[in-house]
Amino acid sequence: MQFEYSIEAGNFTKAGDASSSFKKILKQLNVDPQIIKRIVVSLYEGEVNIVAHANGGKVICEVDPSRVYIQLIDKGPGIPDIPKAMQAGYSTASAKVREMGFGAGMGLQNIKNNADELIINSEVGVGTKLEIIVNLPHS
Amino acid sequence: MDSKHFHHALKISSEICMGCSHCMSVCPTEAIRVRNGKAILYENRCVDCGECFKACPVSAIYIDQDDFVRIQAYNYRIALVPAVFFGQFPEEVTHNQIYNAILANGFTHIYEVEMGVDLLVDEVKAYAKSHPEKKPLISSFCPAIIRLVQVKFPALTENIILLKPPLDITALYCRKELTDKGVNPAEIGVFYITPCAAKIAAIKSPVGEDYSMITGVINMDTLYNKVYKFIRNDRSLNPKQNSYRPLSKTALEWTLTRGEASHVPGRSLAIDEIHNVIEFLEKIENDEIGDIDFLELRACDESCAGGVLLSANRFLVAERLRAYSKAETKGLNKTEGILAYKEYLLRRMNIQSINPRSMMKLDENMEIAMRKMEKSGRMLQCLPLTDCGACGAPNCQAFANDIALGEADIRQCIFIQKNREQTGELSPDESLEMLKSIWGNDKFFSNSK
Repeated sequence: MQFEYSIEAGNFTKAGDASSSFKKILKQLNVDPQIIKRIVVSLYEGEVNIVAHANGGKVICEVDPSRVYIQLIDKGPGIPDIPKAMQAGYSTASAKVREMGFGAGMGLQNIKNNADELIINSEVGVGTKLEIIVNLPHS
Repeated sequence: MDSKHFHHALKISSEICMGCSHCMSVCPTEAIRVRNGKAILYENRCVDCGECFKACPVSAIYIDQDDFVRIQAYNYRIALVPAVFFGQFPEEVTHNQIYNAILANGFTHIYEVEMGVDLLVDEVKAYAKSHPEKKPLISSFCPAIIRLVQVKFPALTENIILLKPPLDITALYCRKELTDKGVNPAEIGVFYITPCAAKIAAIKSPVGEDYSMITGVINMDTLYNKVYKFIRNDRSLNPKQNSYRPLSKTALEWTLTRGEASHVPGRSLAIDEIHNVIEFLEKIENDEIGDIDFLELRACDESCAGGVLLSANRFLVAERLRAYSKAETKGLNKTEGILAYKEYLLRRMNIQSINPRSMMKLDENMEIAMRKMEKSGRMLQCLPLTDCGACGAPNCQAFANDIALGEADIRQCIFIQKNREQTGELSPDESLEMLKSIWGNDKFFSNSK
């Protein structure tokens, strides 16, 4: 099953809406609560990244009994140096964004810690695509 | 524990219920539907918060209590009375008068529920220190919140502090104190005077405990009426002076909002009222809010002062307790009496882990759940999204899920009915029968009666 959410650039009040909607779906599908937590934490981080850095984007969540596959696709500045962006604490967030409690530079790291797989493709000046995979154990 | 049937103290009297659906629209877990003109409860979704009880205009929803005469079966009849009980009376009524009135109504001993707080408060602090990985810790105080976490936020069950709430500690204490004086345990009846439905449910089917130390439950309004009547009619010139053990300030204010949170070091938040709690837990579950150490969560607005079985206004109750605590507890750090049993009680402070029992799943099997979700999605596209409730479900989404679960028929939607009448797929008679099956026969043709 596939679910798509569009993400509005710069609107932090709505950051988290896609995560909450997809979380509700995972609960209805009887996914293990602790796995839901990992999925939602990754998705939320990705969602906030799009709100904070990109000119909007979308999230496509696919779920089948073996895994959850999430694509976060944005039109944005792109990430010039992916290994650097992966370092804990590295952040390009503005002071304003940091004041709102975002932009601590833990986002990508946090996704990596919670996901089974994280693939980042980015082109400077075009946009970024994050692919997150979380495996579901056989029940 | 997942499979165990949960006791609910909230009951719907089908004789009194007029099927108005007020309860259905306020239920925070969408646990109520209307069928045949009566409200019905999906028991696995109900958390006993009492919102429906407050909303019912004809008092068809009641809280099942033990018969008051049941106390007479015991030689030692203990009333376990929460502090908010005392906050209901006007300022001129003294603590001593209330004690006399409770005893005059058949009890032999009075223990104030919050006596256990002074032991608990240090345990909570120690627990927080030794469980840094489980942050934010969630208080085990409010049983409606524990149930809410189990059914709606299953991933957060492991954040609940596995320590007994004050009620259970004090129940253990009063039994122990009496048996140590040589009383036969079989002669002791411990009756809890409850401010809410959730506490009853927790006693009848305790979560995280094998059994409860409490013999029975009396609704607070029942005792309030008996006590206040006695006080109003009491003309005795020399009322008996009771020696009671005053609560410490911490204990007295524990059940009010911030009563717990103000004692836990770090970033401790207090959130009251069930919708506020749900909104906050949604964010906690997404990890949107980090760095919180402790959450005091209460289902009622103004916490226990707002319990559905209280007779007085919740803001006044809270204000009176705070004023009383300021005036009466000067210099009293610890509640007396219970400290003599500290070792005994501390050894019995833990409860077992609390298991999730998600009510949201459409099926145990994920593939079947997916098929049901697809069906629900298709149904939702046909529905008007007006959330009018005429189908007997609280909103279109809940109705679509009911259809997917095989518990409802799409023709229950009045918009679908109108469409199908137009196309000839449904006769006016069938359409009327459909509505009657939801709202009952007597709501139709009532003008011609």
